[in-house]
Amino acid sequence: MLTFLIRRLGYMLVTPALVSVLTFIIIQLPPGDYLSSMVAGLSAEGVQVNRAFVEGMRERYGPGEPFYVQYWKWISNILFYGDFGQSFEWNRPVATLIYERMGLTIVLSVSTLLFIWAVAFPIGIYSAIRRHSIGAHLATFVGFIGPAIPNFLIALVFMYLSFRYLGQSVGGLFSPEFENLPWSPAKVGDLISHLWIPVIVLGMAGTASLIRIMRANLLDELNKPYVVTAGAMGHPEHVLLLKYPVRVALNPFVSTVGWVLPGLVSGATITAIVLNLPTSGPMLLRSLLTRDMYLAGSFILLLSTLTVIGTLISDILLAWLDPRIRYS
Amino acid sequence: MASNTTPLLEISGLKTYFGTGNPIRAVDGVDLTIGDGETVCVVGESGCGKSMLARSILRIVSRPGNVVGGVMNFRRSDGTMVDLASLDPTGEEIRSVRGNEIAMIFREPMTSLGPVQTIGSQIMDAIRLHRKVGKREARDRAVEILRRVGMPRPEERLNAYPFQLSGGMRQRAMIAPALSCNPRLLIADEPTTALDVTTQAVILDLIKELQAESGMAVLFITHDLGVVAEIADNVAVMYLGRVVERSDVDGIFHDPKHPYTRGLLRSIPRLGIHVGEDLDTIEGMVPNPLNRPGGCSFHPRCREAVAGLCDKFDPRRTDLPDGSQVRCLLHEQVPSVVHLAGGRK
Ligand SMILES: Nc1ncnc2c1ncn2[C@@H]1O[C@H](COP(=O)(O)OP(=O)(O)OP(=O)(O)O)[C@@H](O)[C@H]1O
Ligand SMILES: [Mg+2]
Repeated sequence: MLTFLIRRLGYMLVTPALVSVLTFIIIQLPPGDYLSSMVAGLSAEGVQVNRAFVEGMRERYGPGEPFYVQYWKWISNILFYGDFGQSFEWNRPVATLIYERMGLTIVLSVSTLLFIWAVAFPIGIYSAIRRHSIGAHLATFVGFIGPAIPNFLIALVFMYLSFRYLGQSVGGLFSPEFENLPWSPAKVGDLISHLWIPVIVLGMAGTASLIRIMRANLLDELNKPYVVTAGAMGHPEHVLLLKYPVRVALNPFVSTVGWVLPGLVSGATITAIVLNLPTSGPMLLRSLLTRDMYLAGSFILLLSTLTVIGTLISDILLAWLDPRIRYS
Repeated sequence: MASNTTPLLEISGLKTYFGTGNPIRAVDGVDLTIGDGETVCVVGESGCGKSMLARSILRIVSRPGNVVGGVMNFRRSDGTMVDLASLDPTGEEIRSVRGNEIAMIFREPMTSLGPVQTIGSQIMDAIRLHRKVGKREARDRAVEILRRVGMPRPEERLNAYPFQLSGGMRQRAMIAPALSCNPRLLIADEPTTALDVTTQAVILDLIKELQAESGMAVLFITHDLGVVAEIADNVAVMYLGRVVERSDVDGIFHDPKHPYTRGLLRSIPRLGIHVGEDLDTIEGMVPNPLNRPGGCSFHPRCREAVAGLCDKFDPRRTDLPDGSQVRCLLHEQVPSVVHLAGGRK
């Protein structure tokens, strides 16, 4: 297990390193250097630019110097000082823009993941065991329809319903009165009461496909001889199911951590815009449209790092769950 | 002493069907008796219902299959009799028999153990299911059992996963949980078919040895008549869900009564057969179980079938003077056949 972990951690460090180089190339792509355009922008707004400030910035970013020097300046500031650079459009440090959004994004992603698991696990098992029951057919039906409906449409329906019947403010993750308050237990409560709509909307497709995967896997496992063996030992049916076949069928469940997390972080942009969620997707989209390269680059870097972490977590869980993976 | 004269398990008229309406009759009226410490072999071609018979005893026939008729009287270790056929297959009583008083081992050593649990945890599960013992004691017993089935370095193997063992070791590991509660009947469904010849011999010896130690009875399913000759006390020959002949092992090999048994015996390769000479086989195929021939279900393949008789009348069980039983019109008493021809349709 230990060698497995070390090997995995090694891979995990290589990937973001490569991604960071790519990201920096992307940041460098727009013509002209960042500093000149910022100075030009500020002058255009009639702001007097301090020479010392410009010198400081030149020192900080090193425009005109070789690529590797610039890259090193950029990446070392991120690694050692958490300084992601300056957002050209917002005229604020990228870090302050990103942190809150990333935080909420992670909260939303993890909640959605838990929702997906909590729903898909029992329904998946049920529809495999009672394969011919009405409930199982219903689950299959919903499982095919669910992913076919665009998320933003479901989002609109839910917003309407919650506004009409629950009297909640529409969209966002907070009620207006909490929006700009510092964190407090009441604000957390408000967040939770707003969270369910995006969680359901974002989790719908994932839940549907996970139910299908769980069902198919469990059906495969149920036909394997070891299930009969376990039955012949005298295990009661539910213990037998949970202990042997469900345990094996759980693998794809765990793998989902790897693909659900990045999918939610980056792929839910349209839904996030419709629902007016203060998450990373809309800001990433906007920063790309306005060529706010340090902001965009930082998002890309963080998202890919999250993806790698998600994959790592799912790999570790898989190895813990399945000795055949651990020892191969 | 009275309890010793009743057999350990007495099956009569057992029927296991799949589906309703026009069901597949996987087991269709089987009679079988197993005494304490006895080894009974069940032989027959693929699909004749051997495995379903075995599973019916433990009531682990998978849906839509179910035991729909017959009686299976089993003498429990406390001396009480229980009819396994009448129990609820998910109920507590049958579960206290399964793995405890009647255990089963299977053909596929590769896939018959749970893939993600260690050998040890599976054996300990089996023990703690039926015995009120703590983890430590269960562990000690598991080591003891692994030693008994001839697993080298049993303490280490406790923590091994099935995929880390070789085929022969896996088969031993597979036998271990079955023995964990000292069953009085061990059902072995072709436990050596998937193994190479050497390993096969080792496992057979092991089963014989364990049987000698513990005095358990063994119901051994196989298509290998060589194995039968080696281990059986009594033999039941099955064809299309029925026992067509039942006899002690000498009777089967030296005085087979049923044409089907004789056919099976002719199809064994023997020393002395000349190169190029074809092995004698039973002609034709096993009929589709949904489309069972009328009369004696073996008659289309039978060399000795009598036209007008075997295709019309379903033979009944005939008890012969030497203690064997056969289902064949050739052996029915003449008056009974005449009676049949005159009376029954
Ligand atoms: N799940 C099922 N559904 C329907 N019919 C089944 C099912 N399982 C088994 N059967 C029927 O039961 C009959 C007996 O099967 P069984 O497995 O007992 O044969 P067998 O004698 O053990 O054969 P083999 O030597 O190949 O193991 C088969 O002919 C098959 O048609
Ligand atoms: Mg079989």
